[in-house]
Amino acid sequence: MTRDAIKIFVLDYLAGRMTCKEWVEIVTDYLEGKLTFWGRIRFHLHLGLCRGCRAYLRQTQQTIQVLGRLPEEPVPQAVREQLLQRFRARKSESS
Amino acid sequence: MKQVAVSLADQADMDIVGQEIYRGSQVQNADPEELRLLERLRSGDEAAFTALVDRHHNSLLRLALAHVSDHSVAEEVVQETWIGVLEGLDRFEGRSSLKTWIFRILTNKAKTRGVRESRHVSFSPLDGVVDGSDEPAVDPSRFRTTGHWAGYWTTYPQPWDENTPERLALSKEGVTFLEHAIEALPPKLRQVLVMRDVEGLSSEEACNVLGISETNQRVLLHRARSRVRRSLEKYIEGGDRPA
Repeated sequence: MTRDAIKIFVLDYLAGRMTCKEWVEIVTDYLEGKLTFWGRIRFHLHLGLCRGCRAYLRQTQQTIQVLGRLPEEPVPQAVREQLLQRFRARKSESS
Repeated sequence: MKQVAVSLADQADMDIVGQEIYRGSQVQNADPEELRLLERLRSGDEAAFTALVDRHHNSLLRLALAHVSDHSVAEEVVQETWIGVLEGLDRFEGRSSLKTWIFRILTNKAKTRGVRESRHVSFSPLDGVVDGSDEPAVDPSRFRTTGHWAGYWTTYPQPWDENTPERLALSKEGVTFLEHAIEALPPKLRQVLVMRDVEGLSSEEACNVLGISETNQRVLLHRARSRVRRSLEKYIEGGDRPA
């Protein structure tokens, strides 16, 4: 059997004929742990055979990673001073 | 819009409202680090307060801009939020995480201002059409249209370097690009993305703050992430990689 024939067999029969176009739409469901048992199996069968979708999943994960690493930006000094005054006032009120 | 009429002054009430939206289940705040932070804030530790403000100010601004169009109004909303946090600090019961609580105060304050500005963003079933929540994750032209492999990639997405996230987050240009990509998202996609991926809230917490269903939240998150990935792909493959 050629590689293509194996691919067709797995993708069409085992993975229930899920195209890449359909696969990219369930990536978030997968990452959120919301796929059913069979959904996960189909997801992984497709993933195992499709280099494009493997790259896509990795890109999505990297996108999420970089979003979580955006640097903090210090608050403008004036705003910070104002808030700190409030903070101190609160402290003296309560004590 | 009516829910805005509910008194927002009482943070304790807001906590209860939040719990109801959250289908009655209890979020128990058990994070010891957060309990310590709370203790420091209550005892008037200024360093703890400034650190907290620095950590969340940017995201609060991004979220406020989902409700009000004017940048200076958004700044005001964020300031009001911090004041609300200070006022409510002693009453905060830790039924949600501190972060969730702060975002809820922001959302309520921003909604009130948004109504006054009549640019209020409400969640309704028809919104998908407007905010792009029913658009495909990937440009359809990336897939074949004919033959046995119809619906499969025309050309595969190219793997990015493993250090791409670090590299982007460390480069000024990369950060600016991402900030713009986030800003370019429709308000609701932006809200969900900021809470989930930038601020790291759980899906339960994000649903709680926004008062939306878990399914709706997941759809919005999917669209938002897909859009940001798409912009990043263009940026990275466009050749103008940050040094």
